[in-house]
Order: sequence, then C-alpha cells, then structure tokens
Amino acid sequence: MSTVSSKHTDPDALSARPSSFWQDRRVRRFRRNRLAVFGFITVVFFLLIAVFAPLLAPPPAVGNNCLRDLGGSSSTEVYNPTSAVFWKAMFFPPASCYLTARVNFSQQPTPPLASVQSDAGELRPIMGTSSGYDIWYGLIWGTRTALLLAVSVVFAQLLIGIALGGISGYYGGWVDNLIQRIIDVIFAFPSLVLVIVFTTLLGKSLPNVIIAFVMVGWAGYARIVRAEVLKVRSLEFVDGARALGASDLRIIFRHVLPNALTALLAIVVLDLGSVPLSAAALSFLGIGLPPGYADWGQIINSARAWLQGPPGQPWAYWYVSFFPAFTIILFGLGWNLLGDALRDALDPRNQ
Amino acid sequence: MFAFIVRRLMLLPLVLLALTVVIVGLLQFLTPQERAAAYITNENQARNIDKIIRERGLDQPFHVQYWKWLSSALRGDLGFSKASNKPVWDTIKERFPQTLEIALFAIIPLLGFGIWLGTRAGLNKDGPIDQFARVFAVITFNIPTFVLGILLLVVFYGFLSLAPGPGLVSAQTQVDMLINPVPRITGMLSIDSLLAGRWNVFWDVASHLVLPVITLATVSTATIIKVTRASIIEVMSQDYVRTARAKGLPDHVVNLKHARRNALIPVATLGGFTVIGLLQGAIITETIFGLGGIGSWGVDAAGKFDVPGLLGFALMAGVITVVASLLVDILYALIDPRVRFD
Repeated sequence: MSTVSSKHTDPDALSARPSSFWQDRRVRRFRRNRLAVFGFITVVFFLLIAVFAPLLAPPPAVGNNCLRDLGGSSSTEVYNPTSAVFWKAMFFPPASCYLTARVNFSQQPTPPLASVQSDAGELRPIMGTSSGYDIWYGLIWGTRTALLLAVSVVFAQLLIGIALGGISGYYGGWVDNLIQRIIDVIFAFPSLVLVIVFTTLLGKSLPNVIIAFVMVGWAGYARIVRAEVLKVRSLEFVDGARALGASDLRIIFRHVLPNALTALLAIVVLDLGSVPLSAAALSFLGIGLPPGYADWGQIINSARAWLQGPPGQPWAYWYVSFFPAFTIILFGLGWNLLGDALRDALDPRNQ
Repeated sequence: MFAFIVRRLMLLPLVLLALTVVIVGLLQFLTPQERAAAYITNENQARNIDKIIRERGLDQPFHVQYWKWLSSALRGDLGFSKASNKPVWDTIKERFPQTLEIALFAIIPLLGFGIWLGTRAGLNKDGPIDQFARVFAVITFNIPTFVLGILLLVVFYGFLSLAPGPGLVSAQTQVDMLINPVPRITGMLSIDSLLAGRWNVFWDVASHLVLPVITLATVSTATIIKVTRASIIEVMSQDYVRTARAKGLPDHVVNLKHARRNALIPVATLGGFTVIGLLQGAIITETIFGLGGIGSWGVDAAGKFDVPGLLGFALMAGVITVVASLLVDILYALIDPRVRFD
C-alpha cells in the first residue's frame, strides 16, 4: 500500500493520533477485519468470565466445600472486597472450588430458574441442573479450568519447544538428529491417541492432563523454533555477533529467538483456543479430569443420558446440552478467528 | 519415482519399530505387578502374580522386556484385552472393519461436497456462494466433534425423532440377526448385509450410520473447502490459465481441465491428514453413537485401565497414521509432475 493512496482511503491515517501502536499497519489491518474484532471480543469475554468466576458463580452454601475451605460463612462474602474470602476466591481458590456445585442427588435434570430443593433450602439454578450438578457453576468455573489448563500447557510447551528446538537448530549434529527422530515418532501418532495413553498411564488429575498435553504438544513448537533458528543462524548479523565474541546463549536469546517469536505467536493463540477443546473432548470420553470437576466436557457428557424428553415433550431437556454446547462453540470460534487474524496480520507477505 | 516409493517402503518398518519402542517404553511407567495384570485371564493366575512376573520377565531391564514383547508381538500375541474380553489381535481384526466402515462412508461426502463447494467458491470469489462457503467453513470448523455429535443426536433423535438413537442396529434387527445371522465377509455390517441380500438389516444399519457419518465428516469438510478455495483462487491467476482463456477455450473447460485439476494437488496432500483426522474423530464418534470400532474400544480400554488393549489401540493408530502419510507422499509424487523426490 503506498503512502499517498492510504492517506485518502484509510480513515485511521486521517485522525493523526500520536499513539504508534494504533498507527501500526498490522494493528490497523487487524482492526478493519470485523471477524477478528469479534474474535478478540469473544476471547476477552471468556477471560473476564474466568477471572471473575468467583463473583459470577459464588461458592454455594452446600454442593461443594469451596465456601468452607475459603473460611467464609455465607456466599455473599465474596462480593465484599474488604474480606479475605474475596481475595482468596479471586486469586487462590482452594481445589474444592473447582468441583461443580452439586445441588442435590436427583438424576433428573431441572430446567433453568426452576425451583430446586437442596439441603440449603430452595434454590433457582440459572441454567438448571443435570444429574444434580449446577450447569451454570460448572460452565463458569469450567471456563477457569479450561483457561488455567490452556495457559499452563501452552507455556510449558513454549519453554520446552524453545529449549529443544533452539538446541536442535543451533548445534545440529547428533543432538539435532536425536531430537528430530523423537519428534517424528510423536508425529506418527494422532495426538488424541497419545494424550489418551499418557493420561491413562499417569492417572486422572489436572496436573497429569497438563503433562500429557505437554508431552505431545512440544514437538510442534520445537519444529517451528528449529526452522527459524536454521534460517537466522546463517545470516550476517549472527556471524557478526559471533565475531564480536558473543556467547552461544547470548546469540540464541538476543538474536535468534526474537526473530522466531512472530511465527510462534499465531500458533500460541490458536493452541490457547484448541487445548481446552481437546481437554473437554478428553473429559467427555471419561479419560480427562476426575469426575465432578467443573469442566465443559463432563457437563456435556451428562447430556448423553437425556437426549430424549419424556413422551410428548421432546424439547424438555434442551438446556442440558445447549448451554454447554453453545459455550464450547463460542469459545472455539472466538480463539480461532483471533488466531487466524493474527496470523494474517503478522504474515509479511501481506505487507 | 519407483526408487522413491521403494525407499519410503523400506523406511516404514523402521518407523514402526520406533513406535513399538515408545509403546513398550510407556509400559515402564507401571510397576511389574501392574504389567503382570495384563496377562491375567482367570482367578487362578491372579493368585500367582509373582510367578507371572518371573515367567514373563516383567522385572527385567527395558531391553530384555522389549525383546520379549517384540518376539511375542511378531507371533501375533499382543496380550489380552480386558475391555473386549478377547486377545488384542482378535479384537483389532474384529473391530477395525467397523471403524473403516464409518470412515469410508464419511470420506465420500467429505471429499465430494468439500471439493465441489470449494471450487464453486474459488471460481466466484467474493460472490454469494463464496460468502456462504466461508461462513459455512468457519462455523463447521469450530464445532468440536463431540459437541456436534451430541447436538445432532439431541435435535434429530431427541427433538424431531427423524433419526434412530445410538447403536448400529435397532433392538428388533438385533433379535432378527440372532435368529438368522448375517454371514461375516468384510466385517462391515452394512456391506455384509448387502452381500447377503438382507435388505431390512442393511436399511436399519444405513439409517443408524447417517448421523455418525455426518458428525465424522463435518470438521474435515471445512478444511477441504478452505484449501480447495484458496488453491483455485491461486491457480486462476496463473499464466497457463490466462493463456487457455486467451486461446478462446470455453469457461468450463478452463475451470475443470486447467484450474481444478491443478488446484487439487494440495487437496490431495490434505487428504492424508484427513484420514488421520478421521481416525481421531472416529474415537469420539464411535463413543457417542455407541458403535463398535477401534476408537470406542480404545476409550473403553483407557477407562478400564486395560493396558494391553490401550497399547494395541495406540499401535494400530500409529500404523494407520504412518501408512496414510506414506500413501500421501506417493500420491503427491504421482499427480504433481513438478515434484521429484530424488
């Protein structure tokens, strides 16, 4: 795009704002893409849900031990920022908060906002219950579980991928060969199969699911980093740095890695969206997180028992499948649109 | 070309060998007692776990165990699967055709519809059909298989009663098949019943397979549409297409002979990944729709901590993936005259 024509066609160029971030061509291209903006808003929406989960779905009086473990006496205490319960729930919730609140032990689903008898008296779960579990609580805290899992998995994959991919590309030789053959074997399996095998052998728990995903996922990152390192390693400025006496580590971190980051950013965003969906699929199959965890896959799994309504009311149990399905689809759609747009915006061929 | 295929075929056993090393390596996560449980088929053996460990050398170092495992695996002994209550190899032989069945039925609409819509969209870039194809691809690509399967079941079985529920046959057909069994030829019930001329069984199986096949095909269709569209758009701007137009060839000849044929080269590569994707999808689809196959067996084995079953399932998945990617490479070399691998 030439500067002359852009002055007349691009509205952003006319409002001469001093901010260089908004003026960046890549950012402008991103903002013009309506799907990208939709994706961005959806992702922010889910991040807010995850952060404010304790306020959106406060620890119940009965149903899990969250309130007791927080040291609170009433659910409304989380709304009081001067209480310790608020800060603990927001930043260091005990493990029991991640268990879906169980309203009662009735298998029968109850519709949204319908009155339900529980040990704490009458309740009106916003999205109803399924197998006695509060769907709203499961989805809200499930968002937190999903993002926690995604961030841990992607961060660990990134670290291992950068370390092994960097070593592989920078040093070459037998180390490179060994790492590449390991990656070949990982790629020889469908990733879901490997994750199923690892999770089963390690045992069901949140850390083990994270480990299983990382053991499979680092290979893709290492491939990308290695390719970037190979590309950059032979360039003149790296030779120059070496001639000036820079150490290997300095060259890798100061000169090689910054160049690989652009390529990694798009896959990081796409993975942040796809890891929770794979984890949900795993839980759906009954192989992921332990039963009772606030987790999208388990909630939608309970819908399998309620496909058909009672005779004459086929629509009776719609909420059991529709709320979780809508959540999962919206989440995947948002991250994917954002990831695609980022990849396009960062792709140098588009400049 | 021939040399390339031979070289790739020679690499295949090496990759498979590496797969088995990983698989036996995974077993080292477990204690010898847990590994011994794999060989227990009756109560009497359960009382003599230490004897099994000694006999099978389960407390030996890795390379000894690997050699024992490999030599028995080569004789067709992969252990006993608790999940299917049969030896692993027998289970694979029995269940693999069933996975193949839904995969084959899925791949036809998948490629047909995907390539057709992708071509139409690419030829009418930014037109209404292109807009439709893009929205369709974005939406279907982002519905995970397990969510789509549940939604299809809820809507078409639960709400509308248009489709049958989970399972491969209805209860009535099951009784019918107990009285008068369908001879097993291919292992795929739909084809076996057709070969035996059992129309009622065939019809029942076919109606039960509609939703699983749609579930399995949808996600991959989105990818086929996207790649075909992008590829057509790229090919249409090539010089030889412009030349063909300039020669005065009619549009449909240019579109089909010059553009689409060349645009399908990347789609062929994608076809291999689609097979791998179908395998992952089959794991979920078979579980939701209660179909017997490799995938639902693997999930069952994982749930019951049936380690030999799980590893047999993983080995099978690895073999399919490796063979599929080999076929893709060969296909790629065959259809693209620019590619020479030596």
